[in-house]
Amino acid sequence: MDDFNSDTDSDYTSYWRDWFISSRGNEYFCEIDEEYLTDRFNLTGLNTEVQYYQYALDLVTDVFDLDCDDEMREQIEKSARHLYGLVHARYIVTTRGLAKMLEKFKKSDFGKCPRVMCDSQPLLPMGQSDVANTTPVKLYCARCEDLYNPKSSRHAVIDGAYFGTSFHNILFQVYPAMSPAKSQRRYEPRVFGFKVHAAAALGRWQTDERERMKERLKGARVETGFEAEDEELEDEEEDEEMEGDGFEGAAVAQ
Amino acid sequence: MSSSSQVTESWISSFCGLLGHEYFAEVSEDFIEDDFNLTGLQSQVPMYKEALEMILDVEPEDDEDEEDEEEEEEEDDEVLGDERPAGYRRTSDRRHLRIASDLSVIEGSAELLYGLIHQRYITSRPGIQQMTEKYELQHFGTCPRVNCNSCKVLPVGLNDIPGQETVKLFCPSCLDVYTPPNSRFQSVDGAFFGTTFPSLFFMTFTDLDIGGVRPASTGAADALAAVHSAAAPDGKSRNNPTPPNLITSINGVAPHNLAPGLGPGNIYEPRIYGFRVSERARSGPRMKWLRMRPTDVTELDETRRYWEEHDGEDGTRPDDDDMNMVDVAEGKGVRRKIIGRRRRANGSAATGAGGGGGVSPMDTNGVAAAG
Ligand SMILES: [Zn+2]
Ligand SMILES: [Zn+2]
Repeated sequence: MDDFNSDTDSDYTSYWRDWFISSRGNEYFCEIDEEYLTDRFNLTGLNTEVQYYQYALDLVTDVFDLDCDDEMREQIEKSARHLYGLVHARYIVTTRGLAKMLEKFKKSDFGKCPRVMCDSQPLLPMGQSDVANTTPVKLYCARCEDLYNPKSSRHAVIDGAYFGTSFHNILFQVYPAMSPAKSQRRYEPRVFGFKVHAAAALGRWQTDERERMKERLKGARVETGFEAEDEELEDEEEDEEMEGDGFEGAAVAQ
Repeated sequence: MSSSSQVTESWISSFCGLLGHEYFAEVSEDFIEDDFNLTGLQSQVPMYKEALEMILDVEPEDDEDEEDEEEEEEEDDEVLGDERPAGYRRTSDRRHLRIASDLSVIEGSAELLYGLIHQRYITSRPGIQQMTEKYELQHFGTCPRVNCNSCKVLPVGLNDIPGQETVKLFCPSCLDVYTPPNSRFQSVDGAFFGTTFPSLFFMTFTDLDIGGVRPASTGAADALAAVHSAAAPDGKSRNNPTPPNLITSINGVAPHNLAPGLGPGNIYEPRIYGFRVSERARSGPRMKWLRMRPTDVTELDETRRYWEEHDGEDGTRPDDDDMNMVDVAEGKGVRRKIIGRRRRANGSAATGAGGGGGVSPMDTNGVAAAG
């Protein structure tokens, strides 16, 4: 993390939060409104979570003016980042916070799903726990509904509690139109054109599970949310199987 | 013949040393020099002969003045990071007859040809062995999926025909494919690894423990634990519903290697303020099936179940190994009749593939003997 002090000595009017969210590695964070930060109600309980709470809050809200040594300053700096993260988890489930994170989501600021069948679906950051220092941040894909590790080691060390367990699910409840169509496409392991038996047997079992779920949803008159072209896709599969026999023989040479 | 390779790096090593080419194995010259292994490639690669010569660092036959430009070799070595491998330039400098456009065609052809040979090589005995070493050293990285616990992955093509898709990574723990994390792999053709390699790899090295590093605190599925203890040699499994000695293999895969990243405990459960999001909610979960696995994995053993139910009806029960690994008959709508169909199809598939040049997919066990 860059050192706030050295960066801003000459430019003390720039806000700590500006500096924080534009620092390398902090790309997942959005900027918390000043009004939100200065409303004590929003910070309830955090004074016991954060060391040097008041100094840290002063720093985050740009009113810090304590004259202290570098070591102390560094401690307060660290506390300020922690405080920002904890408030962030609360802020991003407010209307304003959700809107800000939605904009970042649309720009793929959190990256794209690495799963090939998800077609570069933008991700959202999440925590597997709401308790600080439990697990680092993960990324949620709304298309395959699974969790992935961030690619960059800079992001892999961010505390997951700064995003929390609920935010990404709330976002799609509040903005249902942002929820991507689900896909039934999946990878089928093959050897010389033939489907691998173990994987195919598991796939058939999973398909049964999926169809049972669809029946349940139909019974409850709920949309399944799967993309329309899936039906056609399954027809193509059968042709593919026929071609399996014709795979170039020489490939297994020696 | 490859006199220059002792002096400087061979074309193959320098190709494999390029940025973005970290997934490639170094195909042995023996393999390339065996014409059988190149069957059919001539028609796919323009300037085939020249490309092959370049790959093998062979001096062209029509060379007139040789051995007079030693100094230039030194300079060329420094351009190794460049896209044009040094070995290539050295050879080309001696070919006064060639024009620049020809050279770039040959260069491209050599890469294409190497890629196509590579696709075959890594499914051969020495090639798959070489890839094991790279796998163990984690040259291909790990699965990005959280519940796969950094399971090691292998490169795969979604197509065997070049020019269609870039290389992807196959995870044996979730049986899914992922885009490599670094964009430099997005210029590597997936066909150079092919569709067969990763699955053949895990069929061949069945003793590998593919599960990744599973943290003790995840409270991993009871099912998984049960399966593990069932597969363990001491066979201690008091509460396992299936007799432990029966399930050393499910459809040709050891139970603990059958998609260990899937199933109960490895499926993300969406929650809001601690409460599960209902399936019936508009934004509720719809994709759990993709990461599901039966608690009792023997449920997946369709062939064994069939033969247990129909034992003695006719005396043609095939060996387990023959029916296990490759799935020939499947499709929608015929699920209930599938077993019978598979029996017939199994036979014909084995014959059909075998007829295509000794490539019975059942033969894959033979490769294992190398390991
Ligand atoms: Zn996804
Ligand atoms: Zn995986």
